[in-house]
Amino acid sequence: MAILVVADHNNSALGASTLNTVTAATAIGGDVHVLVAGTGCAAVADAAAKVAGVSKVLLADNAAYANQLPENVAPLVAELGKGYGHVLASATTTGKNILPRVAAALDVDQISEITKVESADTFQRPIYAGNAIATVQSSAAVKVITVRSTGFDAAAAEGGSAAVEAVATANDAGVSAFVGEELAKSDRPELTAAKIVISGGRGMQNGDNFELLYKVADKLGAAVGASRAAVDAGFVPNDMQVGQTGKIVAPQLYVAVGISGAIQHLAGMKDSKVIVAINKDEEAPIFQVADYGLVADLFEAVPELESLV
Amino acid sequence: MKVLVAVKRVVDYNVKVRVKADETGVDLANVKMSMNPFCEIAVEEAVRLKEKGVASEIVVVTIGPKEAQEQLRTALALGADRAILVETAEEVGSLGVAKVLKAVVEKEQPGLVILGKQSIDSDNNQTGQMLGALTGMPQGTFASKVEVAGDKVNVTREIDGGLQTVALNLPAIVTTDLRLNEPRYASLPNIMKAKKKPLDVQTADALGVALTSTVKTVKVTPPPTRQAGIKVKTVAELVEKLKNEAKVI
Repeated sequence: MAILVVADHNNSALGASTLNTVTAATAIGGDVHVLVAGTGCAAVADAAAKVAGVSKVLLADNAAYANQLPENVAPLVAELGKGYGHVLASATTTGKNILPRVAAALDVDQISEITKVESADTFQRPIYAGNAIATVQSSAAVKVITVRSTGFDAAAAEGGSAAVEAVATANDAGVSAFVGEELAKSDRPELTAAKIVISGGRGMQNGDNFELLYKVADKLGAAVGASRAAVDAGFVPNDMQVGQTGKIVAPQLYVAVGISGAIQHLAGMKDSKVIVAINKDEEAPIFQVADYGLVADLFEAVPELESLV
Repeated sequence: MKVLVAVKRVVDYNVKVRVKADETGVDLANVKMSMNPFCEIAVEEAVRLKEKGVASEIVVVTIGPKEAQEQLRTALALGADRAILVETAEEVGSLGVAKVLKAVVEKEQPGLVILGKQSIDSDNNQTGQMLGALTGMPQGTFASKVEVAGDKVNVTREIDGGLQTVALNLPAIVTTDLRLNEPRYASLPNIMKAKKKPLDVQTADALGVALTSTVKTVKVTPPPTRQAGIKVKTVAELVEKLKNEAKVI
């Protein structure tokens, strides 16, 4: 049976996480088809067609799908999904918003945030904030699954030559409308895809002090994250939060500055290759997972770090 | 407008859970249980809507074991008017919970249903969306702001790139993000009063819902453990290690 991957995109560019989801689809085995639902999104379909491992792209170009409203997109995915063995989406806020609605429409349970494919019907996923790994088996006719990007490598963005096929179906449930959005602008790499992430916590004391982290980040080409404490205190916007309820990252290097290391924060970063902790409290739990720990005042250590890298 | 709030009894968020040696699950014997933090935020939002005069009645519902009555009483002490426990012995998946909630929605006819965005045990983040599909109601997931205006509700949602606002026709479903509000504490007099509020116990059978699941857990194992590394003394030593030993910068 073929696998349908619902593309993550903003109508002009294919989301990087879709490449990881294609890899998960390839691991399941079978033809991989990608659905691009949006408006004026032909360029996204063309990009998806070039992804290695993709054999067909379905393009549903309709004003009703402009802002990925789940009330409109989920019925489309459910209708198309009936012909597939698996329906996959990235565990981004868009994927999490749409896919459970698809699963319920198909009357099947959904499997969230898989990190490993064991076989076509058996998958691994973290539960309890990553403190346990569940191996689950699905007997559903259509297996509806979201994929945690950090669990899978990205498929090559070039090398494929899939055909693009237009899908005519249009669903406008007419019960919801997009009003507006406020997107954070940043020149730094995207948090979930960055090779290096530097995060600040309550120890940063205020938003202005994050400037210290931005300076180091710019030198290293890193993204900047934050703990829930830093977000709740209003130091930085919510979309920078790393953790169980924020973003899940697994960079080559994660530098935690002034972060104690609560269970909920560790859930979002403990699969990083190398973890560095800079904290003045040597009892902080973050030191139990850090490869390199430095007990120091961050206001001295971070500027020094910046001058040395 | 009647508001229906779904809550879940889960292991307390501060507990470091342990996987059972036989790999059948995590050990919940003698572990502190609480209301799921996202559900507390859902209750708080409903209470605030009532205080603003938007909500007329708050009905709180849970699907779970007999002990989940404790969490319902907590919600009643926080300001809910009455409670429904759909009692089941075994664990129910998100789809099963959504089906039970659909039956409750049909009976109660709420104008707004508020749930947490995810429970901190299964980490599924599915139930609200599934209820949306089953009832045909629109959904405002990961809400950080909820404003009811006439026959619509405006929901500001936390999305990966920032914030998004959607307008939903009522009746609608909202799932809460952490930023929506700061839940209050229940006062002792309110805890005493909550004991007298109505709590109706039902079963899924009586509601005509079959709790079958297409997903079974094969095993639950501990995650790979990470060992503490070394402590460095200076920033210079840290940079040297990162460059030459870990080779990550």
